[in-house]
Amino acid sequence: MKKIHILGLVVIAIAVGIIISTAGDASTYVTFGEAETMAAKGNNSSIHVVGRLTKNGEGEITNMIYRPEVDPNHFEFSLVDNAGAEKKVVYPAPKPQDFDKSEQVVVIGKMEDGYFFAEKILLKCPSKYENDKLEIKEYSSKPAA
Amino acid sequence: MYHLAVGKFGHLFVIIAFVSALVATFGYVKSGLSASPEEGRGYWKKTARTFFFIHAGAVLGVVFCLYWIILNHYFEYNYAWSNSSRSMPIGYVISSFWQNQEGSFLLWIFWNMLLGLILIVTTRSWEGPVMAVFAMVQAFLMSMILGVIIPGIDLKIGSTPFLLLREAMPHLAVWKMQPDFIPADGNGLNPLLQNYWMVIHPPTLFLGFSATLIPFSFAIAGLWLKRTSDWVRPALPWTLFAALVLGLGILMGGYWAYETLNFGGYWNWDPVENTSFVPWVILIAAIHTMIISSKNATALKASYILSIAAFLLILYSTFMTRSGILGDASVHSFTDLGLSGQLLIYMFTFIIVAIGLLVYRWKSLPSDEEEVSTYSREFWLFIGATVLCLSSFQILATTSIPVYNKIGEVFGMAWNLALPTDQIAHYNKFQLWFYVVVALLTGVGQYFWWKRVGKGKFEALYLPLVVTFVISSAWIYFGQLKELSYILLLTAAIFAVITNGSILVGIVRGNYRLSGGAITHIGAALMLIGILFSSGYSKVISLNNSGLMISRSESFTANDNKENRENVMLWFNKPERMGNYQLTWKDIRIEARGIRDYIPVSWVEMIEKDFRAVALRDITIDEKTYYSKGDTLKIYPDNFYYEIEYRDPAGKLFTLFPRIQVNPSMGGANGVVFSPGIRREPDRDMYTYIQMSMDPTAEPQWSATELHTVAMRDTFFLNDYVAVLDNVVRTDDVDGVPLKEGDAAVKAIIRIMDRGQEYVMNPAFIIRDNTIGRKAETNKALGLRIQFNEIDPKTGLFTFGVNATQRDYIVMKAIEKPLINVLWIGTFVLMIGFVVSAVRRYRDFLKRRDRDEREETRVKVGKRSPVSEPLG
Repeated sequence: MKKIHILGLVVIAIAVGIIISTAGDASTYVTFGEAETMAAKGNNSSIHVVGRLTKNGEGEITNMIYRPEVDPNHFEFSLVDNAGAEKKVVYPAPKPQDFDKSEQVVVIGKMEDGYFFAEKILLKCPSKYENDKLEIKEYSSKPAA
Repeated sequence: MYHLAVGKFGHLFVIIAFVSALVATFGYVKSGLSASPEEGRGYWKKTARTFFFIHAGAVLGVVFCLYWIILNHYFEYNYAWSNSSRSMPIGYVISSFWQNQEGSFLLWIFWNMLLGLILIVTTRSWEGPVMAVFAMVQAFLMSMILGVIIPGIDLKIGSTPFLLLREAMPHLAVWKMQPDFIPADGNGLNPLLQNYWMVIHPPTLFLGFSATLIPFSFAIAGLWLKRTSDWVRPALPWTLFAALVLGLGILMGGYWAYETLNFGGYWNWDPVENTSFVPWVILIAAIHTMIISSKNATALKASYILSIAAFLLILYSTFMTRSGILGDASVHSFTDLGLSGQLLIYMFTFIIVAIGLLVYRWKSLPSDEEEVSTYSREFWLFIGATVLCLSSFQILATTSIPVYNKIGEVFGMAWNLALPTDQIAHYNKFQLWFYVVVALLTGVGQYFWWKRVGKGKFEALYLPLVVTFVISSAWIYFGQLKELSYILLLTAAIFAVITNGSILVGIVRGNYRLSGGAITHIGAALMLIGILFSSGYSKVISLNNSGLMISRSESFTANDNKENRENVMLWFNKPERMGNYQLTWKDIRIEARGIRDYIPVSWVEMIEKDFRAVALRDITIDEKTYYSKGDTLKIYPDNFYYEIEYRDPAGKLFTLFPRIQVNPSMGGANGVVFSPGIRREPDRDMYTYIQMSMDPTAEPQWSATELHTVAMRDTFFLNDYVAVLDNVVRTDDVDGVPLKEGDAAVKAIIRIMDRGQEYVMNPAFIIRDNTIGRKAETNKALGLRIQFNEIDPKTGLFTFGVNATQRDYIVMKAIEKPLINVLWIGTFVLMIGFVVSAVRRYRDFLKRRDRDEREETRVKVGKRSPVSEPLG
């Protein structure tokens, strides 16, 4: 067997190792229900949950607690996942600045006893590129002559 | 008035550039296929060249038209409206050109065109096939900005930058009432990108993308012309150039992130970053196999594969960032312009053509007769390239997770795979080990390369090994390093610096031109050390020890508690301890154009939705008066700099200005951005940024007025503070304005006690022209506003109206990053090494090319008539 073949085998072995390990690290999108089942089974890996914030009739976010003067690193809110289940989410960091504007939220973390402990939050805000959502009043204040 | 002509011209140029690129492709393919001048090679080449020149002119025309629109603020055009505004300084107007997809394609096209022209002049016998590839790439890229709808089947090809606003957003109601409406101002450039690095980072990166096409084209040309190993010589200097420029572009992006974003680093393993990093690593691997390709056929084959792969990976990167496939996975990818299909065709065309040609010619490539010796330089360089490939394979395997989901969808399966939750840990876990090996190999490889070691003679490595162990042990001992993996990486990097340094010293004595490799490796090793310490040993120094922040929620005081108390809260103007420092948030400042220092925001009245402000007082800095009271000055309205004064243990003062950027017109995820204030010291950076603040543009929300009627020297309570009315005195001027004849004014002196601090407030009561004026005073630190309401001469009582508001606060984080300067120095050294190598290899190529040409002429002169047809 030539050295190049041995090298080839080693490379393939490492590559396979990488793929298996990546598959092990990859997270999944789940619902709160599935997350609870996973936690109950003792599966402690981090997961992604996609959901919407609870809002009242005026579009204000409800069930949100942030008191920086008491603790700037504790932020709580409610999230309704795609299956309609509502859960409290605890985020041990300052409230993300754009949180109030966001609609869809991805929380990454794990289910604890009765609430979701988020290590990370991804916000989906109405983007400036979604032109259809532009409000005309902002741009027509000074009509052209 | 609508300026329709410039857009029409622009679009016309786009079409000309597209068609001419197609014709040039055809011409160059024909010239490449014709074996000899007799079959019209010269004719086709000349034609193709002419069309490439037309293409170049048309591309310049497109660029000119788009700039014309942007520079003249023609906001009837979508591109100008979306990306620029009247308030932008010229540097950012220039960079708004490539903010959107169309412009960044155009930037790419522009560089390709320029490099193509250089290749036409320099490559001589390679021109046909190399330029065929170039012209074909240009045709594909032009099609992305074509903006043509094929009638009948309603197929849209490309997205033009010359779209009018009313065509881009036809649903807006305003068009019905006013079809020729032109917005008065544009949306402006994303303020996040209003940074000098963002002016030069994208052009550099795209030049790197363009340069990566050159080794690819030469590899294709080598296969095509069956000059199976000749192509490496002209391709190598360009590969080095590509690695230099692409690497520079990537690092500029990292430096911008470090200075502007607040994730606390220069590298986030974001998919967008990864997909440009992977081709770079592949280019580096290609350089190594190309260097040994003349000696080793396996390396030659690897050079083909890697040169082709680097460009295909650029296409993959383009597809990932522009097709919208990353969606949830990356914060800074473009949104889909409906070009995914076109991008896929582009990518697969090149994948199929390149791989097809390689497979077709594979049998004709040379093979090694003998096995390569383990003690040869070729063996070690090959191993190095292999490790680099494995490293990029790992990055690619994870980054492509969103792609797997899409593929799964195509086959009707919902895999719901998400990227690893802690991406940084995930990548570091692998990459650290790859780079331990890479660092070791750079040293060993160089020793084999310069024949300092060989079979049975390894003595030369003993001394460097000993030196490495001495330095590394001392460092580990005094630095108290405990993490085994970090210790190994440090030792490997030190070994790389020592061995390559020793080689460098040896070479410089001989021929400095050959020192590129050693210099590059030293740079890379220094970068590894810088990255290791600035990331691995970064330390949060904003730990909160005040005891005031105990969380009410039991659940998370449990395990993560320690890590969760990593922010300090500062009240306005109240000193607070942070580690060894005493911090005071003194003020909020803004940046005025033409004034170097930031000025307090209270000095001006900002005009809403404008980039100007009115001076409320004379703006005097260092005895120079820039503006007088009442003047209008230009400012950067989005940026607020929080003046934080630090007192270190020695009593030395310094000030940092972490920034908050507000842009309410943008909304979206980039509406508010926190940028760090960095204290740079030779051995470390102190990196501070605000995590949370009250909106600096918002007016305070005052509570309902509370009336206090008190006598002189009375003590009373104002919103939990103890206050004393010390005196009421006559005053001759109010707010710096002297009183006129017959007017009268008094001001109260109210002393207010806060924990450890005392404030004095002076609300004034004015009688002017027989009317009463009340001049309230606001104290931000206390969150109080006091108005002098009444004086009762009979009872000697004074009445004050008091409002309270939320006291202004910020939540701030501070991180120490040791040895980050070693990273920047290493970057610099790396780039110098690339330049030295590229120059050397280019001289080699020129020498060889000119020698070959002389020989060719001699042969021609000898065999045929001296007058041959011009080859151009």
